[in-house]
Amino acid sequence: MTPTPLSFREAVREAMAEAMRADPSVFLMGEDIGVYGGAFGVSKGLLDEFGPDRVLQTPISENSFVGAAVGAAAGGLRPIVEIMFADFLTCCTDALVNHAAKFRYMYDGKLTVPMVLRTPMGRRFGYGATHSQSPEAFFLHVPGLKVVAPHSPNDAKALLLASIHDPDPVLFFEHKLLYDTVEERSSGDETVRLGEARVVRPGRDVTLISYARGVTLSLEAASALVEQGIQCEVIDLRTLAPMDVATCIASVRRTGRAVVVSEDCLTGGVASAVAVELGERAFEYLLGPIARVSAVDVPVPSGPVLEDAVMVSSEEIARQAQHLVRSY
Amino acid sequence: MPSESPENPSLAAVSRWRRMLLIRRFEETVARLLAERRLGGTTHLCIGQEAVAVGVCGSMERRDQVVSNHRGHGHLLAKGGDPARLLAELAGRVAGYCRGKGGSQHVAVPDIGFMGSNGITGGGIPIALGLALAAKRAKDDRVVVSMFGDGACATGNFHECLNMAALWRVPLIFCCENNLYAMSHPAEAGLSAGSPTRWAASYGDMPVETVDGNDVEAVRGAYLRLAEKVRQGGGPAFLEALTYRLCGHSRSDARLYRTREEENTWKERDPIRRSGEALRDQGLGEQLEAMKESVEEEIAAAVAHAMASPPGDEALARGGLFAPEETP
Repeated sequence: MTPTPLSFREAVREAMAEAMRADPSVFLMGEDIGVYGGAFGVSKGLLDEFGPDRVLQTPISENSFVGAAVGAAAGGLRPIVEIMFADFLTCCTDALVNHAAKFRYMYDGKLTVPMVLRTPMGRRFGYGATHSQSPEAFFLHVPGLKVVAPHSPNDAKALLLASIHDPDPVLFFEHKLLYDTVEERSSGDETVRLGEARVVRPGRDVTLISYARGVTLSLEAASALVEQGIQCEVIDLRTLAPMDVATCIASVRRTGRAVVVSEDCLTGGVASAVAVELGERAFEYLLGPIARVSAVDVPVPSGPVLEDAVMVSSEEIARQAQHLVRSY
Repeated sequence: MPSESPENPSLAAVSRWRRMLLIRRFEETVARLLAERRLGGTTHLCIGQEAVAVGVCGSMERRDQVVSNHRGHGHLLAKGGDPARLLAELAGRVAGYCRGKGGSQHVAVPDIGFMGSNGITGGGIPIALGLALAAKRAKDDRVVVSMFGDGACATGNFHECLNMAALWRVPLIFCCENNLYAMSHPAEAGLSAGSPTRWAASYGDMPVETVDGNDVEAVRGAYLRLAEKVRQGGGPAFLEALTYRLCGHSRSDARLYRTREEENTWKERDPIRRSGEALRDQGLGEQLEAMKESVEEEIAAAVAHAMASPPGDEALARGGLFAPEETP
């Protein structure tokens, strides 16, 4: 069989369509997800196949339609909600944090919330401060939420299907700059479980740990370091909560060095969460300090030169990795 | 819960009176146990508002669903809840509906259609909208009721959900218990429309009624009229019940924001006394006396049962965040 390509955007759309064909209780909710196909065209075509009851386009009422998804899930449906930009999660945080995340525990399993909230995050060519954030770390602090942020198209499809089938609420982040990335479609019905990281490139000198587009940047850094004789191992976390720290520790045990890369801002970010786990649980294997590479602690500026100046670059990742290898 | 006997409307009214008295005695018992420090936490009692609970929640079919708010003990008991299990929940005991994890403001009993009390003002309204969406999708003739106070009418959730419910024509009854104060803030200073019904009437073509919330038979009549319309697929409806909280907002409230004269006026309109007088006029005094005694027995048994139950252990406190892992 000739290999067929799969883009990240198609992967997400296919996962939703397959889940909707298989289970009539699965439906979509969100702003402009019908004819428009969502702000990034992810749900394009689904209205034609499934109709307006199952591709339920909502007014601009984020907290209430996410809350309604919580109620619909508690009432036996399986909603997939799209929030147009991850920045707008601030507009539905009550529904997500006080309701979706807490129902199972607080009501002792009497009400449960099998829903997925999908949202595009990350920078993209000057969208500015309120359309470029990577707020995933906020939600690592909320017990009861699972947080997924895939890098590859095949993982995006498998992980979204796993998220839809999951009996608990899942927050699914899609990096805007990954939508057009393409890879060869994987062979079959590969299932991926939430909470499992993947070693995407093996290496013996230093471990680069990241997720979503940070994996792209880490792989670029790893390629650049080859000619200096530095072999990087690159880990794609894939799921941020629950986090597969064991895979990271196993790698650091071999390499003795770790660079954690996340495109959110540095303080209290995902890289900090990973670094603390390694500091506590892998200290004896580390030859030097854990390096974090994240965005500068400022709102994301709009102008392209300004944006580049504060965002993560593969050059900085390579610099940090090289420094660790040379110094320790 | 005693069921309505169409050939004997007087006895049904007596049983509603009994249910109101049970709620009143439950709340007074909670206040006493708090004062004696045999209960902790915070509670919001519904003393004075029993006719709304019984007139609405006590008139719902078992399969109908209600989403309650922070002042929800009466709603649960009127929907058929067991005072012993509710009291055990308040006391943090394993015999509680949620084994002590939820407490006063977070109880769910889906078996009887009680889809959670809710500690976020206005937080339950979107949940009810989602349940109504699921009910519409299921095409049974279930209705969903959202209970909230006048304070919640100032939230974004209120307006967003009235708008979406009207657009989607879901089987949802919004029930505002207008007790004139949002904690200490007078409704007249919080709602620019004066009455929430003025707002409600502007959302689609929703039927709207205002009723004397201290007259249980009037509340029941209004509820049943609206429920009939909603059940026939007419979309949402709005019921405002004018009532008064005869106790403080919560245990620490010295009620400085209202006068004793105003309170005395409302004491004259005590819903239990009014209903009792009407029933005595019909020659049912003897039945009421017998009911009084049985309520005292039920409350005493509830206290004994709740307090005899042990508190949960550390395993209970730590567990139950997610569904148990399925073995692949």
